[in-house]
Amino acid sequence: MADMTTNTAADPRGPKPKRTFSRANIFLYGTLIVVSMYYLLPLYVMIVTSLKGMPEIRMGNVFGPPVEVTFEPWVKAWSEACTGINCDGLSRGFGNSVRILIPSIVLSIAIASINGYALSNWKFKGSETFFTILIIGAFIPYQTMLYPIVIMLREIGLMGSIWGLVLVHTVFGMPILTLLFRNYFAAIPEELFKAARVDGAGFWQIYFQIMVPMALPIFVVAIILQVTGIWNDFLFGVIYTKPATYPMTVQLNNIVNSVQGVKEYNVNMAATLLTGLVPLVIYFASGKLFVRGIAAGAVKG
Amino acid sequence: MANSVEIKNLDLNFGAFKVLKQLNLDIAEGEFLVLLGSSGCGKSTLLNCIAGLLDVSDGQIFIKGENVTWVEPSERGIGMVFQSYALYPQMTVRGNLSFGLKNAKVPKAEIAKRVDQAAKVLQIEALLDRKPGALSGGQRQRVAIGRALVRDVDVFLFDEPLSNLDAKLRTDLRVELKRLHQQLKNTMIYVTHDQVEAMTLADRISIMKNGVIEQLDTPEVIYAKPCNKYVADFIGSPAMNLFTGQLEGTTFTAEGFSIDVGGYEFATETHSDTTAWLGIRPEHILTGDAAHTATYTGTAEIDIVEPMGSDTLVWVNFAGQSVRVRTDGQSGLKSGDALTIGFDAARLHLFDMTTEIRL
Amino acid sequence: MTVASDPPTHSQKRPRRLFKNWMAKLASLPMILTALVVFVGGTAWTVTYSFTGSRMLPKTNWVGFDQYERLWSTDRWIISIKNLAIYGGCSMILTLLIGFTLAACLDRKIRFESAFRSIFLYPFALSFVVTGLAWQWILNPDFGLQSVVRDWGWTSFNFDPLNNPDIVIFGLLIAGIWQGSGLIMCIMLAGLRGIDEDIWKATKVDGISTIKTYVVVIIPMMRPVFITALVLIASGIIKLYDLVVAQTGGGPGLSSEVPAKYVIEYMFRAQNLGQGFAASTMMLCSVVIILIPWAYLEFGGRKRG
Repeated sequence: MADMTTNTAADPRGPKPKRTFSRANIFLYGTLIVVSMYYLLPLYVMIVTSLKGMPEIRMGNVFGPPVEVTFEPWVKAWSEACTGINCDGLSRGFGNSVRILIPSIVLSIAIASINGYALSNWKFKGSETFFTILIIGAFIPYQTMLYPIVIMLREIGLMGSIWGLVLVHTVFGMPILTLLFRNYFAAIPEELFKAARVDGAGFWQIYFQIMVPMALPIFVVAIILQVTGIWNDFLFGVIYTKPATYPMTVQLNNIVNSVQGVKEYNVNMAATLLTGLVPLVIYFASGKLFVRGIAAGAVKG
Repeated sequence: MANSVEIKNLDLNFGAFKVLKQLNLDIAEGEFLVLLGSSGCGKSTLLNCIAGLLDVSDGQIFIKGENVTWVEPSERGIGMVFQSYALYPQMTVRGNLSFGLKNAKVPKAEIAKRVDQAAKVLQIEALLDRKPGALSGGQRQRVAIGRALVRDVDVFLFDEPLSNLDAKLRTDLRVELKRLHQQLKNTMIYVTHDQVEAMTLADRISIMKNGVIEQLDTPEVIYAKPCNKYVADFIGSPAMNLFTGQLEGTTFTAEGFSIDVGGYEFATETHSDTTAWLGIRPEHILTGDAAHTATYTGTAEIDIVEPMGSDTLVWVNFAGQSVRVRTDGQSGLKSGDALTIGFDAARLHLFDMTTEIRL
Repeated sequence: MTVASDPPTHSQKRPRRLFKNWMAKLASLPMILTALVVFVGGTAWTVTYSFTGSRMLPKTNWVGFDQYERLWSTDRWIISIKNLAIYGGCSMILTLLIGFTLAACLDRKIRFESAFRSIFLYPFALSFVVTGLAWQWILNPDFGLQSVVRDWGWTSFNFDPLNNPDIVIFGLLIAGIWQGSGLIMCIMLAGLRGIDEDIWKATKVDGISTIKTYVVVIIPMMRPVFITALVLIASGIIKLYDLVVAQTGGGPGLSSEVPAKYVIEYMFRAQNLGQGFAASTMMLCSVVIILIPWAYLEFGGRKRG
């Protein structure tokens, strides 16, 4: 860093001495640590609250660690918490979310990767125009398209069902994923594609045998992007499903913000943590790929 | 001998931009043809058209007498080698070599036979089970050539195959390619921007510019008798010295000197007086004793000396311009010295000033 | 060997234009349908029906701009717009500031860089619902931040954004920035890493201080990154909905309503589709207003192709 001690006694020789705790360093690390506390606080509060009993919460403060650790709130949040007349906890929402998530991921990534491949290697008249519309579509507020989609889903008889929501996620995930795959495939040397054509491979052969094996990292990025995106969705869930098929986020909101009964803050926080657990696990497990995913989606776009 | 590849009135447009214009080219069976030109001249585009990787706008392409203009690349009887090697990274060398044959549903035993044969020819037997990532540049290019070899085709297409290699390796592989051609006797069409590659490999060179073939001939003729000023300037390194002047009868008069060109072999029997370019290659400018007996002898001042080991490139000021002279490696010349130079009429090149065509 | 006969033999029929590349076209069908039917068609449909008096079901009784007049004379909409403006302005400035500062700090070759980065980014993995509920609890006046600070001895401390209509929007802002600034930090960091090391060497040789280098050299160089970040923040702000629903429910009263919530309330709860369509069309207009200058900056300067 900038501060160096000058040594007048002896001639300078060897490595320049550095102070570890220079003013610049203290400022730098001080800022980072203070800011880190702001970011970590909610997670900490959620965890300690979810481990306390209700009497302790009424007496103590939110920041204090639990005197008596109890997992009761977690059990209750998972299997007993009520939304309206249903009292089977978040487990139902979790099940719904999983049943929405898996087909959505498979379908959206399959379609987007084929789109990206066709767009970068098999351009046809108008393909770029459709792609441009798709990308512009990503900026249109969802609200503008909500109701027409309700009509479309009703027409094909999928309104309120899990498959309807899967379709919605596939449609709205398409712009960013297609962009992601198109950019990735476009960066693969065109000569490779030409060589495969000389070798007599067709559209699907090149896709499955050449492109997909080369694109595994970007598939992982796309999966991470979609898992967090779809799991965290609230808007589409609340509009296109019915109480029996509500995803976890919607059910969580209904549990916590229900006006009936006594507020059980510890159960609420356990439920909140449970809902946040899947994306958090994905986030911490994927590490750099998560960063790469959002950077690829954002900066290159 | 029959033509292996025939191109008739080929046009290719990208939108309003004409990349290839009414191009005609016949390539004989077993010929090594080099398409040479600077970047953007359409040489790679032409090769891609022959391969069927680009759709032509107009015209026809024949391979072995069959019209292949609308035929899929894999069914044209061609093999292609790319600049970036274009090996499939997730497959082994064996996988790379056999991919095309598998797509063509060749029986397994036959595939194995051909792969082994190709590997033997290219001396890559030991590498068959490795992935391309574990190979050096030269090895990768050998595999890429092998991929064309196993297809057992009549025509090989090379798209700047040596450009990604370092200088030493490039020279080695160049020799190997020539040996391969002598051994296989296939038709080979080779795109490059490197004139040394073109001169050393080609039976005939086709020099292209702006989608048109400027000259198509053997390397010797292209060097000795470039058909126009562009070709003259393009071939030869360092480039030819050019002077502007007036041609009257058999006398060429430029600013600062005048030379009798009676010993020059004119392209046509008769020629009218005209303004013209006079060209002479740096290696054909005589120095020392030889200069005194040349058609024209003059004196120039040495500007810069660039010793290159085997020879020395001298930049001299002559007739109001900077002229390149190639001399002996151990000349001992110094900047500021006077140098006697001589031009031999038989070694000159004359081009019409307006049409730039060889006189 | 056959010699080329004249006229040439046509062993194949020329593939027709429409069927050329037909597999690619077939495979692109989902994309084409999405682009045309859902994005273009859906948007056009909504804009068209915003000129009708549709209530429970879409009807084609044209009423001209009545819905828009009613919209702009509804208090709830005006409050929503004001809230969005305040939230948007503050969020843009603060997110950019925090994002860039953190990225610059992380770019100083510090220790534990990846630990810090993980801490700043993890909220982005969480949903707005989770974010809203967590901050709702922290800002709870009886048990949360306010009561804790009062317990520490500062008894007059007053910070109750969830029950105070004047500052409720800042309660949302704290949560929103917590969730989203990590993403901007990440983009800024990628931008900083993309800057040529030689620039830093040059400024070091020239004796320019670190902070001055950032302000004078680095930030101007990162203009495209800032624009991307701004577009990202802006498109996120307009979509603001889940956070409000979870954290405040639009309350107290109507004091934290936002346009996206207005649209959904009118479409799906108040059964006043026409109003919902008109409000969503206004949202679309605001996006267009933001997007056009951006598109001009991004693609207008350098010509395409």
